[in-house]
Amino acid sequence: MRIKTRRNAPFWLIAALPILSIGVAFIIGAFFILWAGESPINAYIALIKGSLGSTFAITESLSRATPLIFTGLAAAVAFRAKFWNIGAEGQLYCGAMAATLVGTGMIDLPAPIMIPMLFIAGAIAGCLILLVPVILKTHMKVDEVVTTLLLNFVILLFVNMLLEGPWKDPMAMGWPQAARIIDNGVLPTIVAKSRLHLGIIVALLMSVLMWAIIRFTVWGYEIRAVGHNQQASTFYGISINKSVLMVALFSGGLAGMAGVSEVAGLKGYLTLTLSPGFGYTGIAVAMLAQLHPIGVVISAIFLASIYVGADAMSRTIDIPNYIADILVAISLLSVLVGAMLTRYRIVWGK
Amino acid sequence: MKKLQFSEICKSFGSVVANDNISLSLDEGEILSLLGENGAGKTTLMNILFGHYVSDKGFIEVEGKKLAPGSTRASLDAGIGMVHQHFTLADNLTVLENIILGTEPLTRFWSQKKQAYIKLQELSERFGLLINPDARIADLTVGEKQRVEIIKALYRDASILILDEPTAVLTPQESEHLFKVLKGMVKAGLSIMFISHKLNEILEISDRIVVLRHGKLVGEVATKNASKESLAEMMVGRKVTRPAYEKLKKGKAVVELNDVSLNAKEGSTSLSNINLTIHEKEIIGLAGVAGNGQAGLASILQGLASPSSGELKLFGERLNKYGPSYLTESGVARIPEDRTNEGVIGEMEIWENFLGEELRSKSKSGFFIDKKQAVSSAEKLIKEYDIRCEGPHASTRLLSGGNIQKLILARSLSNNPRFIIANKPARGLDEGAISFVQQQIVNAKTKGAGVLLISEDLDEIFELSDRIAVIFDGKIQGPFDSNKVNINQVGLMMSGEMKQNSIYEN
Repeated sequence: MRIKTRRNAPFWLIAALPILSIGVAFIIGAFFILWAGESPINAYIALIKGSLGSTFAITESLSRATPLIFTGLAAAVAFRAKFWNIGAEGQLYCGAMAATLVGTGMIDLPAPIMIPMLFIAGAIAGCLILLVPVILKTHMKVDEVVTTLLLNFVILLFVNMLLEGPWKDPMAMGWPQAARIIDNGVLPTIVAKSRLHLGIIVALLMSVLMWAIIRFTVWGYEIRAVGHNQQASTFYGISINKSVLMVALFSGGLAGMAGVSEVAGLKGYLTLTLSPGFGYTGIAVAMLAQLHPIGVVISAIFLASIYVGADAMSRTIDIPNYIADILVAISLLSVLVGAMLTRYRIVWGK
Repeated sequence: MKKLQFSEICKSFGSVVANDNISLSLDEGEILSLLGENGAGKTTLMNILFGHYVSDKGFIEVEGKKLAPGSTRASLDAGIGMVHQHFTLADNLTVLENIILGTEPLTRFWSQKKQAYIKLQELSERFGLLINPDARIADLTVGEKQRVEIIKALYRDASILILDEPTAVLTPQESEHLFKVLKGMVKAGLSIMFISHKLNEILEISDRIVVLRHGKLVGEVATKNASKESLAEMMVGRKVTRPAYEKLKKGKAVVELNDVSLNAKEGSTSLSNINLTIHEKEIIGLAGVAGNGQAGLASILQGLASPSSGELKLFGERLNKYGPSYLTESGVARIPEDRTNEGVIGEMEIWENFLGEELRSKSKSGFFIDKKQAVSSAEKLIKEYDIRCEGPHASTRLLSGGNIQKLILARSLSNNPRFIIANKPARGLDEGAISFVQQQIVNAKTKGAGVLLISEDLDEIFELSDRIAVIFDGKIQGPFDSNKVNINQVGLMMSGEMKQNSIYEN
């Protein structure tokens, strides 16, 4: 058995890849459901009902997808330039802190101004914290995977300190949470009797914006060029350091906006349980979307549906909702294997 | 009995036939040259011999015994030794350690360095391959490293030695010495297969020549019946035309380097006090063994590095601003050394690579890419320069080396540059592409450009240049009028053994 390079991956293969991967994930997942003593068909029906079966289920899936679109975009744009930002989780909390700082009484403006202000503050906070790894990388060649990853824990502990100390809301009956965002700063819901809020619209706008930037602008060219080949990019006169900085600003900003969207949209206040790992799941979202900004929307909605559906499934039939993690993990692995197969083909025999 | 016999070897990769029914043999005590362009199938044939590939059909015999296919070990055991074009030595080990590497059984805990030392010295004296067994590989010159490779093969009792483009990295004098050594070896009973595309050498060294073209064996001649012209024609399949040299009246200075120095990064050679002026309508050839500062000089002239000291004048004005975009806009055409990794981004589409150097200046308000314009100008250049591809939207990595070079030439020369910095523009291309590339450079000179041609191929330098400069250890000698120096003198200067004032006062 040998591996050969493909000359050109056919388009249908690239398009079919995520769908095939998901199929594989569901087939393998079925064995785990059988192992848990239930019928996979019933389980999957419960999962689909719980994520897409009613207006409420759909809005739940979409509101879960909202932060994932932001963090997925954050990972996609960074990975396009081969800047491995694993710190979206921390940047998300930075955005959430900024929204809390600005949105809990520091200023009070009409909502049409207040809401953009919160997003801008969050984006800036996400950018600023990512500057630390970027400067370490561009000036001292410190590997950004390590620094961005470790910063997550630093930031999380910092948030913990704030919530146990200066920012602790005295009205919260002793729970470690910050004060509520003022009314003018809260993102309005866009479907009645649901938790789906304005954040999803912002997320969709951002994905279109990122797509347009990557496809139609000089910045996008530079991001792609640097991601593919740094030597040739330098020869073309593209500054690698400047491009990395630009990508980091986009990436950190988008992750920061995820935090704003959660604090001002879904929860209303900052807590330590604001994100169940949206930053990390964003990486899976981006990989599943093969780093395409529009694909990120689809894959975020898909992964969110699996999580939401699995919660519903675990309520209706007796299967732990960890099955969602298994499904997501297998689809991600299948996509990675599949992505390799679009570049190489396996030839049997010598 | 034949020492080595290839019988009806066939090998294809997908639809590409790399070796088509090749039969050839090597006699005892003979030097056989294998001649062919890049892609003619020489490397594939050697890879089959060494078990890296398995042929689709056919077999190989060593001294009448069939060689097991697909086994490198079997080839080594049969006494076949190979000296690769790119050395396979561990830089941080000594000569002796490199030579015994892989020859000792894993299950023995001590190594027999003493015996190895004695054997190594014997071999080295017997064949005139002088080398210090305790020297670290990193401290050796290229020529010495090659000697180590040869001794390594001999140490494993090779009776058949295969040399892949061995002179590519040597000065003419070092090549001369290598040839002497090789002739001594065949007298001692070894058989040698010599792979090259340099006709002069092949005529000098070999007893017999076989020519491959497009995977087929197209000719076999005794060297005494061969001529340079007949071989070239056999290799290419038609008459080869090289651009005619024409001396023009040189114009104003386009580039002046005054006392330019560059403190190079680790691993490359620094430049010290370079003085060089290039005029309109002249080609200056810069000769030198690779790694003597060419990369540094090229990076300064391509805007990738700024000199540590000294002055650089471009078109009569002192250059204070460095950077590729600035140079390109001022009328400098840049042809990089590594065309596939530096000249283009393989994963991007052809039209995007056409845009590369002028990304910002050719975009709308400096921000939006003018795709329509870029694609249509790419289409035009693809036609004009006859770039073989599926169109401007094809992925650039699918192009052949020659077509990538055409893309780079089209990109940089279509702007009518006033200065061209060409770093090894013809290296590794086939004859057709070489004459195309050289013709384009000569045409640009006729139109008024000044050219700095960096090359390791002295034939190319002498054929194209008006003046020749030599770089050695970061210092430049010359330039000399090309009709006032000969290849021998240039060779000596390339190895630092001759100073310029012994030719004439410049």
